[in-house]
Amino acid sequence: MSSSTKSSTDAPVLVEVRDLKKHFPITGGLLKRQVGAVRAVDGVSFDIHKGETLGLVGESGSGKTTTGRVILQLHEPTDGSVKFNGVELTELRSGDLRAMRPQMQIIFQDPHASLNPRMTVGSIVGEPLREHGVPDGGTIQSAVDELLTLVGLDPSHANRYPHEFSGGQRQRIGIARAIALSPDFIVCDEAIAALDVSIQAQVVNLLLELQERLGLTYLFISHDLSMVRHIADRIAVMYLGKIVELADVHELHNSPRHPYTQALHSAVPVPDPIAEQLRERVVLDGDIPSPSNPPSGCVFRTRCPRAEPKCASEVPVWTEAAPNHWVACHFHD
Amino acid sequence: MSTPVLSVKELKTRFNTQDGTVHAVNGVSFELRRGELLGVVGESGSGKSVTMMSLLKLIPMPPGEIVDGVAEFEDVDLVQVDPDHMRDIRGGKIGFIFQDPMTSLNPVLTVGRQIKESLELHTDLDKKQRQARAVELLEMVGIPDPAQRLKAYPHEMSGGMRQRVVIAIALACEPQIIIADEPTTALDVTIQAQIIDQIRELRQNLGTAVIWITHDLGVIAGLADRVVVMYGGRIVEVAPVKPLYGSPQHPYTQGLLRSLPRLDRDDELESIPGTPPNMYTEPTSCSFAPRCKYAFDKCTTEIPPLVTVGDGHEVACWFDIDKGEPR
Repeated sequence: MSSSTKSSTDAPVLVEVRDLKKHFPITGGLLKRQVGAVRAVDGVSFDIHKGETLGLVGESGSGKTTTGRVILQLHEPTDGSVKFNGVELTELRSGDLRAMRPQMQIIFQDPHASLNPRMTVGSIVGEPLREHGVPDGGTIQSAVDELLTLVGLDPSHANRYPHEFSGGQRQRIGIARAIALSPDFIVCDEAIAALDVSIQAQVVNLLLELQERLGLTYLFISHDLSMVRHIADRIAVMYLGKIVELADVHELHNSPRHPYTQALHSAVPVPDPIAEQLRERVVLDGDIPSPSNPPSGCVFRTRCPRAEPKCASEVPVWTEAAPNHWVACHFHD
Repeated sequence: MSTPVLSVKELKTRFNTQDGTVHAVNGVSFELRRGELLGVVGESGSGKSVTMMSLLKLIPMPPGEIVDGVAEFEDVDLVQVDPDHMRDIRGGKIGFIFQDPMTSLNPVLTVGRQIKESLELHTDLDKKQRQARAVELLEMVGIPDPAQRLKAYPHEMSGGMRQRVVIAIALACEPQIIIADEPTTALDVTIQAQIIDQIRELRQNLGTAVIWITHDLGVIAGLADRVVVMYGGRIVEVAPVKPLYGSPQHPYTQGLLRSLPRLDRDDELESIPGTPPNMYTEPTSCSFAPRCKYAFDKCTTEIPPLVTVGDGHEVACWFDIDKGEPR
């Protein structure tokens, strides 16, 4: 798609993430002392370029959602740096951060839980405008009408409540709210996962169309590798708080180098019985380990078909195995 | 062809709610053949789960009500059978696997207790034999160290392991049919792949007929023998797996396949416009017509019946997609 017409890594960097960590404390005992930590995000680094979509895939517990939230400073990071347009977000005072908020927005997974059931659609979409002002002047009313039209809803429905809309329409309301302040960057956190298959395609096509029209940059977080492949320019694969591989969509699809990416790839069913019969499958044993007690060395070694003693003793180095193709594995292809 | 193990005719289920009557299942007929895996595909509200739950009387009644239909299983009609007999059939001759293994297992009983409960109710095995059978079952579904794991509680197991326990319970009494309702939807893809492999292997060894309900056309492509597609509480297409994916004849099936992103291809995503049907009115015409690009006047006045278009391939549509004209 867009990646065939332009190389997304040529564009300037919008979001720069370096060695980002988020550890949630585990407390115990009478005094509620910290007895451990859930290492939800454990040292991730990547750039997101202007106008591109970076897909972030991983299974539950891999830390992909936490990564998105820490980037937006919705969780305070334990360590590391996030630069947005060159501004270090982790050091901003709350007032300054608030002034940055219009530029970076989020779309949540569950359109039932992320919209206030007691507010009309007009007031939900208009709320960011009341807080931060209408970007190009004009009235809130006219801005809301325009936003609803932009996401394919009827502006005359602005007085209705969220429960009067279907799941797909509700997600459109969430999208209208996210683009209200003309942001540069949107984190889409499993934005289509709760929708029916036939509706998912509608919402994805809307996101792609808006990106084109408004020049948006997306971090598209999802567990669905086939959907990420469809929407993203580059993909980062997360496992247990770390990014194990990062490459251009086609490169990652045609020559995945990390054994986890290869296994993830082969586990995704294809809606074609003939292709299914011919497919080679790598079925991983076991489950994702607990992020409060991750394995030593390479975090994937406990399930890795290629693991050797070195994997338990040394953390694999993040290396550029091919141009713009990064991987963290001692024995990558 | 051998006699079907289950034969459902004109099943209709409604829910009488405060907001009005929900017409969840509106005349569903299908057969399940011995040993086959029948995939049932549809989106939320298509009636796929309610159809199967109606057969086992697992819907709350009231508000649920089976208004019409026959479901022949062995020599009984499941719709008419009395509650005692139904309890014998459920978990005995018909096993089931639900979506979420966290809610389908009892959190305060060990998994061993839960497997043996089913054996106690439905078989003549004594205590020692039940223990041996429980160990054998856990081994069969690929749980390591089965004798030890029988003493574990559900919360001590991962999602994938819990779903294996649920499968073991479903298999416990060597059922003729297993109804699996979105059995892998709550699991991660790598765990889903493990469970699918396990079920494939078990089917080869046991020959149980399986009804696999799912919203994901990908999951059953490599697993099903035949596929039923449901929309608006009715079956819109039935076919053996290859023609269903290779030459779908219903506009909805086509649309659904085109709206799926594929890992092995770069096609543009086509979406189906509009929204799923309102189930508060009983359909009097094709429920898909408002979203269908082929719809013409007949589609909005009459319900299309299932017609045969190929070997075992039936479709309920007034329009012939291949010829590009009304049937």
